[in-house]
Amino acid sequence: MMGAQTISLTVQFVNLLAALLLLIVFAMLSQRRILSLINLFAWQGLVLSVSTFVVAYSTDQPHLYYSAWLTLLLKVIALPWLLHRLIRKLNVKWDVETLINIPTTMLVGIALVIFAFNLAAPISQLSEGITRGLIGIALASVLLSLLMMLTRRKAISQVVGFLSMENGLFFAATSSTHGMPLVVELGIALDVLVATFIFGIFFFQIRETFDNLDITHMEKLKDD
Amino acid sequence: MIDQELTALLLYPLLGGLLLALLGAKKWAAELNSLMSFCTFAASVLLAIGVVDSGPQVAFSEQFFIDQFNVFLVMLTTFVAFTTSLFSRPYMRIEQEHGKLSTPMLHLYYSMYQLFTFTMLVALTANNMGIIWVAMEAATLTTVLLVSLYRTPASLEAAWKYFILCGVGIALALFGTILLYFAAERVLGQGGDALLWTHLNQVKTELEPTVLKLAFVFLLVGYGTKIGLVPLHSWLPDAHAEGPTPISAVLSGLLLNVALCAVMRSKVLVDGSLGTHFAGNLMMGFGLLSVVVASLFLSRQKDLKRMFAYSSVEHMGLITFAFGMGGPVASFAALLHMTMHSLTKSAIFFAVGHAVQTAGTQQMANIRGILQISPTIGWGLLLGTFAILGMPPFGVFASEFLIISTAMHAYPWTTPFLLVALGIAFSAIFGKIQPIVFGETTAKRLPHSPALLPVFSHLLLVLIFGLYMPLYLANWYRQAAALLG
Repeated sequence: MMGAQTISLTVQFVNLLAALLLLIVFAMLSQRRILSLINLFAWQGLVLSVSTFVVAYSTDQPHLYYSAWLTLLLKVIALPWLLHRLIRKLNVKWDVETLINIPTTMLVGIALVIFAFNLAAPISQLSEGITRGLIGIALASVLLSLLMMLTRRKAISQVVGFLSMENGLFFAATSSTHGMPLVVELGIALDVLVATFIFGIFFFQIRETFDNLDITHMEKLKDD
Repeated sequence: MIDQELTALLLYPLLGGLLLALLGAKKWAAELNSLMSFCTFAASVLLAIGVVDSGPQVAFSEQFFIDQFNVFLVMLTTFVAFTTSLFSRPYMRIEQEHGKLSTPMLHLYYSMYQLFTFTMLVALTANNMGIIWVAMEAATLTTVLLVSLYRTPASLEAAWKYFILCGVGIALALFGTILLYFAAERVLGQGGDALLWTHLNQVKTELEPTVLKLAFVFLLVGYGTKIGLVPLHSWLPDAHAEGPTPISAVLSGLLLNVALCAVMRSKVLVDGSLGTHFAGNLMMGFGLLSVVVASLFLSRQKDLKRMFAYSSVEHMGLITFAFGMGGPVASFAALLHMTMHSLTKSAIFFAVGHAVQTAGTQQMANIRGILQISPTIGWGLLLGTFAILGMPPFGVFASEFLIISTAMHAYPWTTPFLLVALGIAFSAIFGKIQPIVFGETTAKRLPHSPALLPVFSHLLLVLIFGLYMPLYLANWYRQAAALLG
């Protein structure tokens, strides 16, 4: 157990970043504009990358520097750039989504955070040092991203939710375990990149077929 | 020792995928596809012989691990992938003639088919739990564009659902893997070795039980989405019904098994750590729910491929249930049922594919009298249906009988649910297939002769397994079952 007086500056900084991460997910949950959503996603990636750098520095794990750079390249530069390009090509840059019941969504979100913290409590008990409590935040952002995917009706926002969920998982990996083995992280990054390309192909196919990117058209397959 | 066989096993599909991607859909693309699949199958046979004779082995600085359990799935996967490639040759040619497919679509299809096989084989043979996850996700990525191959609104919707739901599911499995690593790190120390299954297996009793419990819940829910367990199954009927039929056959016959293999690997670790039946109980619950719910949905289906997709949910539920019960007999039965289901279901999808092509629709109400147009397709469909419904003397009967009799001893309260569900499934499927096979028709013959060899070779194998199980195979299965506990 670490006393409050012994918490080092780096730990405090990582905790601050974790709180920021959670805040960004909440902001994404209530953001109506597609463009701002993608920018928020880029910010989330940046926070993630900085926190990985800090953890790498404080625990002296050389391979975490690689994953921090990887995050910076992939999630702050490559993916947001790809998404920006996509929405420009698809002419949906200024699209605004009609979200119903933002207050209710927020309340459900808060409930999810409490649930996540409870679920992670026994694990937080076990972990030492820098990682205490962070796994709860990571799980909360995964669940909030899931909620975002459920409440959205535009294909692009669903994809941003998907990617943000992956960010939450990445945060769980760096904060609770000092990062997964590098080969696994590279594999995951490759999967995410390929997935984003395929999502891009899908956007065009969907719009070609349905004239817009609303997935409400895509609720025909049901068992009556 | 097994490095060469393993290299061949993984290299052929990768090479095939790259070749077919580079060369495009030439006239002989289908033949090349089959050739590559056959080479992969041959490599898997060599690998299996080595492993069954000399026991579990690791390869390539422990990055790959082969034992009697996964080598059996490797062989099943490569065999069905090979026969499916034989089936897809005439099938895709007919689709092209009907104007449903263009050359670029075929180009995509052939290259992705090989890469899909590759990802499944990596997921089966990898020793690193993280790499298993990466390969499972890659398997989704290679098939998602194939589900939407026809570019119809319905197929796009199905592919989107498949992508999003399996993506979410697999993300939860990643969280489970992270938790597993978290527990492993405390025992094995940091670094790449802490996620290697063989290392985890050695220290499984020391892994922190609370963490592993939570990890297994996430892994089961995550990979369970891929297995198609109720209530996470809703992508499965759509993807199976809207994609091209060869893809329905490999998704149903192979991908679901691969996901279940990942769950079983986790279960062994969790059982060792907890020392209780927690993991087994969870799997039994999900399995039983899947069997019951799927059988109720079966009678409401109007689409032929959709109906057999629900039948896959039912059978995967049964297999998960049997693995959940655990013990040498139940695990043996589950392995046998896995084999029987893969062979039978892919044979059915082959027959169904041609039946749909002759009738020009998947709506069961409009498909009649297949036997009149093509006796072989008709008989294939009818015998396949008999087999999957568990009629003796087919092998599905033997495995279902084993599962139910074990359940009767160990968990008597589950037997009525299982029996009633199987009964409902029987009446639903048989009642719908009977008029499709018999009856009057006006449909025309197919422009190419249908693929018969894959259908009947699968059914023959299922029949042989039902009548007589060679000692070599029985020993193999017994060893695999013993590994699973």
